Amino acid sequence: MLFTPTLSAAEIPVIAAASNLKFALEDIATAFHQETGKSLRISYSSSGNLTRQIQQGGPFELFLSANAQYIEQLYQQYKTLDRGQVFALGRLALLTHIDSDLKIDAQLNGLKQALQSRQLQRIAIANPKHAPFGIAAREVLQQQGLWNTIQTHLILGENAAQATQFASSGAAQVGLVSYSLALAPALRNRVRYVLISDLLHQPLQQTAALLNNAGDTAKLFFHYLQQEKARGILSRHGYTLP
Amino acid sequence: MDWQALTLSVKLSLVTLLFLLPIGILLGRWLAYRQFWGKSLLQTLLALPLVLPPTVLGYYLLVAFSPNQGLGLWLVNTFGATLIFNFQGLVLASIIFNLPFAIHPMQRAFSAIPREIREAAACCGMRPSLVLWKIELPLAWPGIVSAMVMCFAHTLGEFGIVLMVGGNIPSETQTIAIAIYDRVQSFDDHAAAVMSFSLLLFSMLTISFTYWLSARSERTHD
Repeated sequence: MLFTPTLSAAEIPVIAAASNLKFALEDIATAFHQETGKSLRISYSSSGNLTRQIQQGGPFELFLSANAQYIEQLYQQYKTLDRGQVFALGRLALLTHIDSDLKIDAQLNGLKQALQSRQLQRIAIANPKHAPFGIAAREVLQQQGLWNTIQTHLILGENAAQATQFASSGAAQVGLVSYSLALAPALRNRVRYVLISDLLHQPLQQTAALLNNAGDTAKLFFHYLQQEKARGILSRHGYTLP
Repeated sequence: MDWQALTLSVKLSLVTLLFLLPIGILLGRWLAYRQFWGKSLLQTLLALPLVLPPTVLGYYLLVAFSPNQGLGLWLVNTFGATLIFNFQGLVLASIIFNLPFAIHPMQRAFSAIPREIREAAACCGMRPSLVLWKIELPLAWPGIVSAMVMCFAHTLGEFGIVLMVGGNIPSETQTIAIAIYDRVQSFDDHAAAVMSFSLLLFSMLTISFTYWLSARSERTHD
């Protein structure tokens, strides 16, 4: 008895989700609960970290990754039922605290100027080693020829959400982070942001895949994610729909 | 306040104590009274979690209990159980990282009992179990209680190992310390502030209590 968490909780499937999906997913899970009466437990982290947890036997039934590569990797290792389904495309935003005097624009000109005039102290991105939004941020900075000069100014968030938290709290001057998180209700009136062109990075294919031990609720949610209601919510949270 | 996370943390702390109380008493007493070959090596090993970075312990636990290989694979095949990313795994991890916090104070408490008292009891024909129960434990209890309080508080606050070995799974491995981290990343500063302040108060209470306890036992020993 000591070892079983409350029985009801144990029956609720656990979903592993990339942290950029946090607020969209909470709305979708609420709608799902209203329509089906079923609950979900969601564990957020970077997609790379979650992939490692799944490889090591984490108790997840569904994985929502911020790119398709991690799902493919798990599929090759027989951890998922199939190659999964792309259900949304993530976007990047340049974000700064509302009181910051840094100029932000989609061409990153303000950032370049700040870098040249030594005004830039810290820029937060997710860790490109295991967070797809960090990889995308690196690609954008490389495209703009800023990657090498910006190295000493980088602050790496553990995942997309932490990078956003660094920038939105003012701990880092600016962040190249997930657009969906920049739109978070909690950040309203606290941040300024600008959407970055998705031509500057590889597509951030938010991919869902059922894992081998997926039960009925997880399967139901996997389908729910691709239906009209969920797509509407994803679109409201700044995702492009495939 | 995330009551689910708090309940989980308290449960984890209590289950850990349940294991550490007998382990601490037996090992602490044994180390206090006996000299044996390899004692200093054993003491070194038991004290290791004091200085070992939690991530090192977390890493080794992940390696040991990964269901893809070795011990972890054997556990899955034999018992169908794993010891990572679930509550049982957290219990094992917190027993290990709390070992020095349980054993050291108890060992000191047993060492402080004058040898003559134990010998007198034995001479009077008391069985060793009775000596332990009637004489040693009543004398050593302040050390035992403060060890348990420290272990409780330490488990409540442990972060690195819990995140590595437990993941961040609501109502399974999302303890209060992890919940604070999680709320900060959800830009929920209010919840993070409430939980942090509660833990701050609790930690102060814990420390005051152990100081009070040791001051009290010094007075009674004088």
